[in-house]
Amino acid sequence: MPEAGRDPNRPSPDALLEAARREERTRGRLKVFLGAAPGVGKTYEMLTIGRARLKAGTDVVVGVVETHGRAETEALLDGFETIPRRTVPYHGTLLQEMDLDALLARRPALALVDELAHTNAPGSRHPKRYQDVEELLDAGIDVLTTLNIQHVESLNDVVASITRIRVRETVPDGVLDRADDIEVVDLNPDDLIQRLKDGKVYVPTNAERALKHYFSRGNLTALRELALRRTADRVDDELLGHMRANAIAGPWAAGERVLVCVNEDQSASGLVRYAKRLADRLHAPWTALVIEGARAASLREAERDRIAEALRLADRLGGDAVTLPGGRRIADDVLDYARSANVNHIIVGKASRSWLFALVNGSVVHDLVRLSGNISVHVVRGEAVPDERQPRRAVPVAAPRSGLDVRPYGIAMAAIAAGLGAAILAQPYAGVENADLFLLTAVVAVAVRWGLGPALAAVVAASLAYNFFFLPPVYTLTIADPTNVAAFLLFTLVAVLVSNLASRARRVAVVSQGRARATERLFGFSRKLAACGTLDDVLWATCAQVAAMLKVRVVLLLPDGQAVTVRAGYPPEDMLDEADLAAAQWAFDNDRPAGRGADTLPGAKRLFLPMRTGRGTIGVIGLDADGTGPILTPEGRRLLDALADMGALAIERVRLVEDLDRAERAAETDRLRQALLTSISHDLRTPLASVLGAASTLRDLDSALDGTAKADLLSTIIEESERLNRFIVNLLDMTRLEAGAVAPNLSAQDAGEIVDTALRRTQAVLAGHRVAVDVAPDLPALALDPVLFEQVLVNLLDNAAKYAPAGSTVTVRALHAGAALRITVLDEGDGLPEGDVERVFDKFYRVRKSDRVRAGTGLGLAIARGFVEAMGGTVTAGNRPDRPGAVFTVTLPVPAGTAPKEIAA
Amino acid sequence: MSPTILVVDDEPPIRKLLRMGLATQGYAIVEAPNAAAALEALGRGPVDLILLDLGLPDMGGHDLLRAIRASHPDLPVVVLSSRDDEGGKVEALDLGADDYVTKPFGMAELLARLRAAMRHQLAARGERPVFRVDGLSVDLVRRIVKRDDAEVKLTPREYDFLRVLVLHAGKVLTHAQLMHSVPASSDPQYLRVYIRQLRQKLETDPERPRILLTETGVGYRLRAPDDEPTLRPRPVNGARPHTTETTN
Repeated sequence: MPEAGRDPNRPSPDALLEAARREERTRGRLKVFLGAAPGVGKTYEMLTIGRARLKAGTDVVVGVVETHGRAETEALLDGFETIPRRTVPYHGTLLQEMDLDALLARRPALALVDELAHTNAPGSRHPKRYQDVEELLDAGIDVLTTLNIQHVESLNDVVASITRIRVRETVPDGVLDRADDIEVVDLNPDDLIQRLKDGKVYVPTNAERALKHYFSRGNLTALRELALRRTADRVDDELLGHMRANAIAGPWAAGERVLVCVNEDQSASGLVRYAKRLADRLHAPWTALVIEGARAASLREAERDRIAEALRLADRLGGDAVTLPGGRRIADDVLDYARSANVNHIIVGKASRSWLFALVNGSVVHDLVRLSGNISVHVVRGEAVPDERQPRRAVPVAAPRSGLDVRPYGIAMAAIAAGLGAAILAQPYAGVENADLFLLTAVVAVAVRWGLGPALAAVVAASLAYNFFFLPPVYTLTIADPTNVAAFLLFTLVAVLVSNLASRARRVAVVSQGRARATERLFGFSRKLAACGTLDDVLWATCAQVAAMLKVRVVLLLPDGQAVTVRAGYPPEDMLDEADLAAAQWAFDNDRPAGRGADTLPGAKRLFLPMRTGRGTIGVIGLDADGTGPILTPEGRRLLDALADMGALAIERVRLVEDLDRAERAAETDRLRQALLTSISHDLRTPLASVLGAASTLRDLDSALDGTAKADLLSTIIEESERLNRFIVNLLDMTRLEAGAVAPNLSAQDAGEIVDTALRRTQAVLAGHRVAVDVAPDLPALALDPVLFEQVLVNLLDNAAKYAPAGSTVTVRALHAGAALRITVLDEGDGLPEGDVERVFDKFYRVRKSDRVRAGTGLGLAIARGFVEAMGGTVTAGNRPDRPGAVFTVTLPVPAGTAPKEIAA
Repeated sequence: MSPTILVVDDEPPIRKLLRMGLATQGYAIVEAPNAAAALEALGRGPVDLILLDLGLPDMGGHDLLRAIRASHPDLPVVVLSSRDDEGGKVEALDLGADDYVTKPFGMAELLARLRAAMRHQLAARGERPVFRVDGLSVDLVRRIVKRDDAEVKLTPREYDFLRVLVLHAGKVLTHAQLMHSVPASSDPQYLRVYIRQLRQKLETDPERPRILLTETGVGYRLRAPDDEPTLRPRPVNGARPHTTETTN
């Protein structure tokens, strides 16, 4: 979809990404053979192409091909490896289904799968064959498949209106859009009819009469055009994508926007589909709008469900779904929104109401057309969808609270009585003529507070009272004066009108309040979800919100591999019993409700509903309430859908973030491992090379070498071997640290003593430097591991020797400072670059130096820190304050109460 | 007659190295690749010292050590250990080994340890009443200790520690062995303190001792007269030897 204002001459990032993704892919390629009607030869074409690929050497396997007994198709099957079908018993008969697992195990390069829209027998892994194909594609297997145009979801009703046959098996548009190739298998309608006559077309035995109409020339032409146009649209899209990816300026529509008005009419879903087709053709974004006006409160449940279903369909097909409260006329509200959203096409359904209805409530279509200004209004006869085509509503919902609530009527009577009393009392002052105003006030009050029913009852009571108490002859129900009759009638009329108006105002207010409350709570939930960082937070928040808003007990299950397990609950719940778990698993696998009150496994304690996002079912939510009967009201069911959708999205988001983190960590681990291998390889080979070189020189060139040279080479061998030994020590220490196998053997030690032994060990390394030792006398004893601590000091001294120039001084100081013992190693090198002061302790980190530095593993400081921290101390690095050079400080805590011990002689 | 050394190590290159190095000092060498062969060699002829690798394939070095000590309680044993085996070293010494050398080792260091271990035997063949090293002299008979010819007063406990170290001059003594040898000292802390006191009284630079040496994680060693002060090869190519400056 184009965004207004973007520079059309820059390649669109989305298009580039899409193009790039198409280049490198591990997913299989899907090619769909699309036909207008059965019998055009899709299967034949698929097999022909498959055979060509087989001949070319590709590993082609037939997953499932329906030949319907046609000999020529059967002949084409010859020579293909076919996966035998799975037999599924169902209601006494045996059904043959494609064996998905066998096909996946076989893992061919290309699989032929016929009839993409086929519904699998119950008990199969997926309810629909296109889901099987998705799984094959995910496994990297290319697929050829066939499809009739009437199976495409967004065209379903168009086809139905053409052919009078509604096909129940649909394939979502997304599947077709994601296909890599669509080939239209086209056949001239006349030729097709001839084929039908020749008996070459498969005809289900009990549908002949219907099909005769199906195969009329007009129908076939229309279907053919549909198929061709759909493919043309797709080619158009591909062309656009190509143009955008290469920044070719094109005549794309700038800034078009489509709006479809959805109401409770049966054609709502059809209108939504029409809107999608129009929006696709215009390459425009689109929105489905519902106005909740005064009539919203009086809608029946089926009607409310229709609206909700239409909105969800809009969401699924890629549009926005918006619900607004009604204020004035519906047409005004729609146009307000349209103008604010820069809509330039409005789609509205042709009115199917009676003229009386239009008289009373106004005609939205009429108003829209009149007031739309320069917005195009498309008045469309949407295809009415009978209500039974709603399989997900398989769960019976609680009947709405009905029955007469007697209390308001009683109060209405009381109000009238009060008004009457007031009128009678005021009679001396206000006069008879104004008595009706008191009664009218009472009627208005009742209407505003309790609605139309009690208000009308109040009107009747008020009229009778007015007649009885005020119109002469008083205390009878007759009226003597004709003008009083008029007054009486007028009063009644006015009262009815006023109560009507007042109760309508009240209804609108109630609906608005309800909508505002619900929106507020959903918004609050949405904010809470956005703030959740971890999966557990999201699950907990979702459970709590659903439980609070719907007054039920909630459990949430997420898949762990293939099986779902309980992850959260409100009130907290860990275990489900067998029946519940089975129901939850079934609901997850089949994407349908299961459990209490549903069609499947009704014996479970809870009702389980799948939670879906665009990527599929991600979990199951289970509800439980006290009492028998259905758990949710229809309103509650709709609210649950909204909450579950939000929860599912949040879960998906958290998962994606976790995946991202994991990928980053894996990349980091890989990087470290790589660095380690490189480092080891280099640092071990270098000294070995020197040793080998020197030794072989000594052996092979012995006669050519004099005493000095030989002594020199021998020193090299010894020094480089010692260096190699140090490397190996470093690596082993690092390995121990990483494996957590460093268990310090603490005992009371004299730090100064260990300084001495460390200096002795590093004598060779520090041979070219001056060493200054400043160890305070009477240092307190510390709990140290002498071996580890000696290694720490050795590493620090080795480091100092590396980075300090020859002849400079390396200083070691140890002093007791309050509650800590501080040992510092100072050198006179260049010091540490600012900003690297902490990074020097990273593994494999080496400061960049211009001149050659004696190589090391880069692990010495990391090991020093690891060992010191294992003993409860800290190591820090910094630069000297007095002159250039680095200073490393080891700080160890001194346990209270230690002092050098005095000894008895 | 030159002393015979039994070399017990399962790696042929190490045995070869030891054979060649020890032969230059005039020792006679017997080799054993495993514990069984070692015990068999022990039974066959006189052995003056055993050089034992702790990482043997068939029997643990410690078990072999126990077996040797059972039959030859006074035979000097020097163990070869790897760097990370701190506990093994100390355990071997406590089981009766005389000294240890860590692999990889320099030949000079190894020879010094062997000499120290055999000194007890050698000393028995000649009287050496006064022990001298690097300015320190200790007369064990008359209980006089002198530093650069000036007498030094030691407390009785200090003297006891010094005496044990002198008797085992050149060999390492574990903390446990030292504690054990000097009765009536129960707290290991005191050992450290006594050593420090001794260093204060006897060393030129108590912080950088040259006579009373620390063996990290194991114990202490009194340097023997013929040991190099630092037991490592001298640097060549005119590199300056290290100097120690103390600033106080």
